[in-house]
Amino acid sequence: MNGVGAPPSERKGIAQVSGTVQQAPEAVGGPPGQPSRGVTRALRDVGALLVRQREATVFVVDVLLIIYFGFISSVGRHAFFTHINLITVTQLAAPIIIIALGEVMLLICGEIDLSVGFTYQLTPFIMYFLIADYHFPGLLAILIALLAGVVIGWFNGFLTVTLGLPSFIATLGTAFVLNGIVLTTSHAEQQSIPPQVQGIGHWIGQFGWAEITWAIILTAIFHILLTRTRWGLHTVATGGNQLGAREAGVGVGRIKYGNFMLTGFLGGFTGLMIAFQITIIDPTSGGFTPMFYAVAAAVIGGTAMLGGSGTIIGAFFGGILIAVLFNGFSVIGISANPLPILLGGAILIAMIANVQLTRLRERGRA
Amino acid sequence: MTEQARQDPAVPPSADGDVLRVEHISKKYGAVTALVDVNMHLQRGEVLGLIGDNGAGKSTLLKILCGFQPPTSGRIILEGKEVTIKSVDQARSLGIDAVYQDLALVNQLTVYHNMFLNREPVRWPILRNKVMRKLAKEHLDDMGVSIPSVDAQVAKLSGGQRQAIAVARSVYSEAKILLLDEPLAAMGVKEGAIILDLVNRLKTQGNVSIIIIAHNYGQVLEVCDRVNLLQGGRITLDKLSRETSAQELTDLVVAEYRKALEERHRAAAS
Repeated sequence: MNGVGAPPSERKGIAQVSGTVQQAPEAVGGPPGQPSRGVTRALRDVGALLVRQREATVFVVDVLLIIYFGFISSVGRHAFFTHINLITVTQLAAPIIIIALGEVMLLICGEIDLSVGFTYQLTPFIMYFLIADYHFPGLLAILIALLAGVVIGWFNGFLTVTLGLPSFIATLGTAFVLNGIVLTTSHAEQQSIPPQVQGIGHWIGQFGWAEITWAIILTAIFHILLTRTRWGLHTVATGGNQLGAREAGVGVGRIKYGNFMLTGFLGGFTGLMIAFQITIIDPTSGGFTPMFYAVAAAVIGGTAMLGGSGTIIGAFFGGILIAVLFNGFSVIGISANPLPILLGGAILIAMIANVQLTRLRERGRA
Repeated sequence: MTEQARQDPAVPPSADGDVLRVEHISKKYGAVTALVDVNMHLQRGEVLGLIGDNGAGKSTLLKILCGFQPPTSGRIILEGKEVTIKSVDQARSLGIDAVYQDLALVNQLTVYHNMFLNREPVRWPILRNKVMRKLAKEHLDDMGVSIPSVDAQVAKLSGGQRQAIAVARSVYSEAKILLLDEPLAAMGVKEGAIILDLVNRLKTQGNVSIIIIAHNYGQVLEVCDRVNLLQGGRITLDKLSRETSAQELTDLVVAEYRKALEERHRAAAS
C-alpha cells in the first residue's frame, strides 16, 4: 500500500489538467461499417477534438487569421509576411503571452492579478535607479528588479491569502499604489537604458526575436509546471475545490502565494524586456492594458474564470491571436478603430464556449 | 428523563478490541447543549451505525471525532491511549478520516490524481502519472470499485462512484477509522449499493473500523454490526444490528418526537 516505488520505465503520461480530456474516440459514436461514413466520421472526430481541445481551436483560428491577413496584404503591399512585420507581431504577442502565463495560473487557482502591468512599469525603474543612483552592477540591478516583482507578488498574496481580501480588489489597490510610486519616483520622466546593461539587454529584449523566444521558453516551462508537476496539480485542486484540496492537505494558501509571486516575476520580466526593446524606460508603459490583454488571451485560450481549469498553451495561442488581429488590421490598411469590437467578440465567443461546453459536458455525465 | 436513564448505556467495559472509545463527551454551544455525556466504543474491524434524527447531535459528534472542534468535556481514547484531537490534520495523522460524501474530490482532476492528491509520487519534479494510474487502478479493483476508467475526470462519474473513490482514497491513506457522513444521502438505490458493497468488502478485509452516520435506518442496518441511536444529544440505544430492526429505531424516534410535542402542548397550556 505504499505510494511510490515502481519500475523506472514510465515515460509519457499525458497529464490531463482542466477540461481537456484525451480519450476522444469513445464519445464520437456513429455506427461503423459504412465506408461512405468514414470521411464524415473523420471530420466529426476532428470536430470533437477541436471542441474538446481548446488549444487546438485557438490554434486553427490563429492559422486562419494569419493566412487571411497574409493573403489580403499580398494582393496589396506584401506587408504581412515580411521579416520586419513578423518581428512586430511577435513583439506584440510576447508581453501578452508572458503575462498571461501568470494570469492563467492565478485564474486556475481562483484569483486574478490586476496589478501585474504596474509591476511591469516599475521594474525597469528599479533597475535604472539601482544603476544610476546607487552604482549597482548591471546584472545585479536586473536581478533585484526581478526580485522586486516577486516581492510585489508576495504582497498581493499577503493581501489576498493572509488578510482575506478578494484578489480583484487587493490587486486593484496594489496597481494604483505601484503606479503612484513609479510616477513619484520618476517624476513622470522617461529614462534611457544605462550603458551597463545594454549588452545583456540585447538578449532580454532588444534583439528582434528575443521576445518571442522568451515567450516560447516560458510557455514551455509553465506548461510543464501546470500539467506535469505537483505544483500544477495543486493549483488546479485549489481552484477546483478549495475546501476539498485543503482537506486533502494541499497548502492552498502557499499555492496562491506562489502563483502571485510567479505572476509578479513574469510582470517584472516583461517590463524589463519591453524597456530593452524600445530602449527607453517609460513611466507610461505597462499599466492595465497589457494585463487585460493577457487575461483576454487566457480566456480566449480556454481558461475559465471560475477556477479549476485552464491551459497554458491556449493562452499562448490566445496571445498570438490578439497580436495578429492588431497587426493584421494595420497591415492591410484598414482602420484599427473597429478592432476592439473584434477582440471583445472573441472574448465573448470564448467565454460562451467555455460556459456552454461545461454545461454540455455536465449533461453528458453518465 | 427517566426513560433516558433506563436506556442510557453505561460506559462500556473497556475491551482490548476497542480501537476507539468516547467517554463522557459533552458539547455545548453557548446555551445550547448538543451532546450530553456520550459514551461510545468502536471495535477493531467493526462497522458501527450512528443514527438519529436531524439535530440529534450526530454531526457534532462527527466534528469532534474528526478534529473539527473540541468537546466541552470528556475523553477520547484511541487504541488505549487518551488523545486530544486538535485539528483535522491531526485526526488524519492519528488515522481518523472523515469522508463527507464526495465533497473532498476535485471534479476537474482525474480519478487517479484525486486518489493521490497531496501524496503524488514524483520523480523530481515531474509527476509519475503512470505509477499513479497503475496503483489507483489496482487499488480500486482491489476494493471492487468499478469505474469506467481511472483517467476519467471525477466530474464525469456518478455520485456513488465519486463517493466510492473518496472512501477508497481514505482507505488507501491507511486510515484506521473511517467516518462516513450520510453516505447514502441523496443517492439512488443502485448508487447506494455501490457504497454498501464497498463497506461490506472493507468489513471482510477487516483493516479499518467504520462509523456510518445516517438517518436512513433500513439500509444502514444491513451493513452495520451494531447501531447507536442518538436522541437529543444522548445515546439512547446501543444494540447489535441483528437484535434490533428499522421498526424499533423508527418507533423510538417517533416516540421521542411525540413526547416532545406533548410537553410543548402542556407547556403551552399551562
